[in-house]
Amino acid sequence: MDVVNQLQRQFIDYSASLHREGFLDDQFTQLQKLQDDNSPDFVVEVASLFFEDCEKLINNMARALEQQQGVDFKQVDASVHQLKGSSSSIGAMRVKDVCIAFRSFCEAQNREGCLRCLQQVTHEYSLLKNKLQTLFRLQQQILAAGGSIPVVE
Amino acid sequence: MDSCNCIEPQWPPDDLLMKYQYISDFFIALAYFSIPLELIYFVKKSAVFPYRWVLVQFGAFIVLCGATHLINLWTFTMHTRTVAMVMTTAKVFTAVVSCATALMLVHIIPDLLSVKTRELFLKNKAAELDREMGLIRTQEETGRHVRMLTHEIRSTLDRHTILKTTLVELGRTLALEECALWMPTRTGLELQLSYTLRQQNPVGYTVPIHLPVINQVFSSSHAVKISPKCPVARIRPAGKYMPGEVVAVRVPLLHLSNFQINDWPELSTKRYALMVLMLPSDSARQWHVHELELVEVVADQVAVALSHAAILEESMRARDLLMEQNVALDLARREAETAIRARNDFLAVMNHEMRTPMHAIIALSSLLQETELTPEQRLMVETILKSSNLLSTLINDVLDLSRLEDGSLQLDLGTFNLFAVFREVLNLIKPIASVKKLHVSLNLAPDLPEYAIGDEKRLMQTILNVVGNAVKFSKEGSISITAFVAKSELLRDSRTPEFFPVPSDNHFYLRVQVKDSGVGISPQDIPKLFTKFAQTQSTATRNSGGSGLGLAICKRFVNLMEGHIWIESEGLGKGCTAIFMVKLGIPERLNEPKLPFMPKVPTNHGPTAFPGLKVLVMDENGVSRMVTKGLLVHLGCDVTMVSSGEECLHVVSHEHKVVFMDVCVPGMDGYEVAIRINEKFTKRHERPIIVALTGNTDKVTKENCMRVGMDGIILKPVSLDKMRSVLSDLLEHRVLFEAI
Repeated sequence: MDVVNQLQRQFIDYSASLHREGFLDDQFTQLQKLQDDNSPDFVVEVASLFFEDCEKLINNMARALEQQQGVDFKQVDASVHQLKGSSSSIGAMRVKDVCIAFRSFCEAQNREGCLRCLQQVTHEYSLLKNKLQTLFRLQQQILAAGGSIPVVE
Repeated sequence: MDSCNCIEPQWPPDDLLMKYQYISDFFIALAYFSIPLELIYFVKKSAVFPYRWVLVQFGAFIVLCGATHLINLWTFTMHTRTVAMVMTTAKVFTAVVSCATALMLVHIIPDLLSVKTRELFLKNKAAELDREMGLIRTQEETGRHVRMLTHEIRSTLDRHTILKTTLVELGRTLALEECALWMPTRTGLELQLSYTLRQQNPVGYTVPIHLPVINQVFSSSHAVKISPKCPVARIRPAGKYMPGEVVAVRVPLLHLSNFQINDWPELSTKRYALMVLMLPSDSARQWHVHELELVEVVADQVAVALSHAAILEESMRARDLLMEQNVALDLARREAETAIRARNDFLAVMNHEMRTPMHAIIALSSLLQETELTPEQRLMVETILKSSNLLSTLINDVLDLSRLEDGSLQLDLGTFNLFAVFREVLNLIKPIASVKKLHVSLNLAPDLPEYAIGDEKRLMQTILNVVGNAVKFSKEGSISITAFVAKSELLRDSRTPEFFPVPSDNHFYLRVQVKDSGVGISPQDIPKLFTKFAQTQSTATRNSGGSGLGLAICKRFVNLMEGHIWIESEGLGKGCTAIFMVKLGIPERLNEPKLPFMPKVPTNHGPTAFPGLKVLVMDENGVSRMVTKGLLVHLGCDVTMVSSGEECLHVVSHEHKVVFMDVCVPGMDGYEVAIRINEKFTKRHERPIIVALTGNTDKVTKENCMRVGMDGIILKPVSLDKMRSVLSDLLEHRVLFEAI
């Protein structure tokens, strides 16, 4: 039981730190609330879907911005919009914020700004991915040790 | 030789005589031969000689004469018959030619004589032309001088330079001895010597302006010769010899006001300066006409140049004045701003400082009222409370008024219940009125809208103030309050000519009349009513208290509401009526969207609030689709997911009760689908409720959603509670939204 408690405390601390550092916001908590016996892996599924989506969108944007002659800003904007939607649905606050800045650069048709934002988005996304994967591993460890995942308010 | 019967006896030819004849004949022949040669030579030389034929004839005649004489030489001695023959022929020819010549000469000589007369005529003509040339040249010279003078004069805008230059140039052009300018003095009664050519410092001679000589010059626009003895011409010390001729010309002093737009400057100014020009003495020179013309032209030019200079001076002066005024105004403005800022700071501080102790006093006094007190103590506490309430009201009024005057007060517009306002006023005033045994009646017109857009608090304050005054100043009788919508004919009141209300579609004018049967107001006091702090001096009002600010504040509120307030009274003791009109907005249903944007109170339902509710979710974004599905599944719904508009249209059926549609994709997909769904389901009860999910909360999105017939909007990201309450609201109040 100590192990479980320890793991649970680790989980709570880690979750709190993620919230504090702005990686996740309330929406993520909402998602966690939706997880129940009927859909025990809801959050993980949503997160994997989000990562897939992200990678696809980031690749699209990178390809569009690499065009030397005539960047199709409309396409980039559409991808950013999607990314913004996804990140706000999952509660990825930092990614969402970068997306907002990214959109304004797209509107201004500023290629340099877009490239910079793209870099930032990729960076934030990989950070988030690592952190969430750590979080999920902790969850699995708790479940494996027979405990239940504490609800973080 | 035969003897003849002559008188003198024949003598044999004498040798000496013979010799002399011989020589003379020879010389004659020579001369006769050389004359034609000379003639030919000179005629050849001169190209112009009309009568060549005559000369030839003449030459022939002479040659033949010479030949005759030559041949004569041979006849002195014995000569042959041939010689005699030649001699005869020669003589015959000579005779013919000389007769012909003589005849010709009869014709020719008159012609030759007439040539001479023509020559004389031409010579006269040439002399005349020469004279005219001389005249033109002088005129041109004059013109050149005038141009140069004008140029000099007009090249400067400084009045002194202009005048000085005029005199100098004139002096030079006309070789004058002295040139002087007399200007009229300020009084206009004298002419003062202002400028002279030779004397550097003109002594301040003045000459009265009404001398006949001067009048003569002023009345003519030409240069006039005047006597050197008249006062204006006596500017040089008396010379020993004959003074030169003097000419004077007037120089009109034009003023800006003389130049009307389409007229030439009217010479009605009657202000002239006098220019006097003197030829050198002892020079016997006379003033020529062209010189006089020159002088006149120059005088005119000088007039114009002077007026330009005057205009310039004036405009410079005006500009300097303006700059000074500007600076002064700027300073005044800054001072005013500082004063206002100081006052605002003061007010802000006082606001807080005054209200804090007041608050303490009022709060604690009312608390004290609640405790156990002796009747005296209670009375004292009540008095304290009443006084502090009054003081608090006064403070508020003063602060309000200053804010109103600042213009910093803005109305808090909102939709409110008009009837409720009147009822509230009535409720507040009823107790006081019943104490005074006054009957208060409220009359609201049937066409008065129940709801209006305006500043509820301040409208109430105004009505309360007006009604309160009515109650205050009535000892007995009744108060009647009427409110109705002002119609356009009544909108223009002859008593308030400066008030032009313009009714429009979404505004109306509320007219409220409060009639009381109290002490009334005398007509001369009525204008003072709305000035702050002014009170009518009757003792009745003195006792009623009040700071006199109430009506002033009301007036300002009413003005802010684009209205007008006034009081009518027929005199003391006849009661008075207070009337005001304010502009209020008409609330339209469409202005206030009834879509549940963010329901604030989450209703408490169980986790599975909507068991089995069939729901369709349309979202292009996989993640957000999944999240929405998760939410709805958690709430117990049966969720179908589609990722595009076409799929949605395919799948949607009357079994689906709610359709959640993401509309924040760029493009019209979501709205199109909504329209199609509306088309597909003709019967209202079969149609699913359409809710838009959007990250955009702006008016455009809202309007678009309403336009296509959606029933609600939810702002992403959606929390569980929000989703729950939205669903329950939607399912409960479905009927309401069909009305839109």
